[in-house]
Amino acid sequence: MATQSSRLAARLMVAPSVFVLFVWMAVPLAMTLYYSFRLYRLLSPDRSGWVGFTNYLWFFRSPDFWQAIANTLALVGGVLALTIVFGILIALLIDQPVKGQGVLRILVIAPFFVMPPVAASIWENLFMHPQNGLFAALARGLGAEPILFLESYPMMSVIGIVAWEWLPFATLILLTALQSLSPEQLEAAEMDGAGAFGRFRYIILPHLTRAITVVILIQTIFLLGIFGEIFTTTQGGPGSASTTLPYMIFKQAIVAKDIGRAAAGGIIAVILANIIAYFLMRGIGRHLDS
Amino acid sequence: MARAHSPRRMLITTIAAWGVALLIFFPVLWMILTSFKTEASAVASPPQLFTADWTTENYAEVWARSDYPRFFWNSVVISVGSTLLGLALAIPAAWSMAFVPGRRTKDLLMWMLSTKMMPAVAVMVPLYLVFQKTGLFDTRIGLVLALMLMNLPIIVWMLYTYFKEIPGEILEAARMDGASLWNEIVHVLTPMAVPGIASTLLLNVILAWNEAFWTITLTTVRAAPLSAFIASFSAPQGLFYAKLSAASAMAIAPILILGWFSQKQLVRGLTFGAVK
Repeated sequence: MATQSSRLAARLMVAPSVFVLFVWMAVPLAMTLYYSFRLYRLLSPDRSGWVGFTNYLWFFRSPDFWQAIANTLALVGGVLALTIVFGILIALLIDQPVKGQGVLRILVIAPFFVMPPVAASIWENLFMHPQNGLFAALARGLGAEPILFLESYPMMSVIGIVAWEWLPFATLILLTALQSLSPEQLEAAEMDGAGAFGRFRYIILPHLTRAITVVILIQTIFLLGIFGEIFTTTQGGPGSASTTLPYMIFKQAIVAKDIGRAAAGGIIAVILANIIAYFLMRGIGRHLDS
Repeated sequence: MARAHSPRRMLITTIAAWGVALLIFFPVLWMILTSFKTEASAVASPPQLFTADWTTENYAEVWARSDYPRFFWNSVVISVGSTLLGLALAIPAAWSMAFVPGRRTKDLLMWMLSTKMMPAVAVMVPLYLVFQKTGLFDTRIGLVLALMLMNLPIIVWMLYTYFKEIPGEILEAARMDGASLWNEIVHVLTPMAVPGIASTLLLNVILAWNEAFWTITLTTVRAAPLSAFIASFSAPQGLFYAKLSAASAMAIAPILILGWFSQKQLVRGLTFGAVK
């Protein structure tokens, strides 16, 4: 039904979105690329010039860099694993006929309404604080030493906080997918003698493939840039124990005031994001069409 | 996949489900309870779930110490403005992608999403400089633009998914029956598209409301929204948990209330239109 002219009109309707997104991406990227080859320190503005790959080499030679890459991957992988596993369990649970499903659902999605700085400060102060936190009080009540969450297990604590924020999203997607599963199929499997685990493994899990793909795709996009939670809680510490790549770049820009290095880190982060995006599309992109 | 269950089993699953839901909700609940305590009972040991000397003084003090209405209004303008502007750009785009798809439509969508994978921190300095030079720094219009561009890929993608559910045959049938283009759009298309647009709008208002990187780095005072308001409160630690909780509650309350009243569209929106 699409004629030549309607095709042209359609292209024209897409054009503004594509154009503004392209500018939004290309201009800062080009500037970042330019700065990444320059000596540009806010503390010594009179010295400047081209420095080749010096800024990049600084990252590759820094021991913190590899830790930051590992932390970034741990954050993305850890949060994905936690939200998908718990998301499936919770979705299976609240998919059962229970009383007060509406209110239940609101309670479960509530963390999504909490902005990252608030979420981080609730967890840091009200729960994980070594003296006044609720966890410390619980530990004392049980006669144990309070755990120093943000000091001893900074990365795990950050992963926990971020997983709490994203659990509602994963749960809701998985729940929606679960509700489209036909009960007949499950009953048929049950009559054929499939146990609860067999039904989950061979019917429910394959049915959820697309939903899990969506969770991985969308969460990865948001998780790669996680910043506020670390800024509020650990500031990347102790040392660089919870410094991710975005946070390392932030430290170079704001603390060291070395714009050239921060820009080089930015380009590295963009390359890393592209590598991850490539493997994501390769690995799971095909599940999206259906 | 509701199936027949014995009352006994329903009781058990109800208890389990409520237990889990309350556990997930508990941090928010604890924050709200703490916001009504005095500073002393907020850090009392052992902790008190409810307190005898509950007070609203924390809210009064936060209100007095900061210009909450300004932060609040900035948040409203920025989140609603960026979403409406994004919808204005995305609706025609998603529309043509869904109904007149080309060979490259899928690639284009994926490219749009991929622009979101660029970590904000990576381009912070250039964007900061551009905003300074163009006079957009610390203005509401600057933040509206930034957040619109940040969420545009999500908006296009969600609308595309919703629009694709609308069968083209219905439109053709309406045309066959002699409906004018105007009637086709107003009476046939719009009613089918509105739920999807509403869900997209809600989700993106929330995403923009909760955005806490650009809203903090690209503002100082005039255009600072609630994310900056809360960041200014969480700096020092220790003996003011109650006030911190009150400020936190004030920052998230508008969205919690909005979410409560628009549950159905929101739940739909929260799935990014990606599953049915």
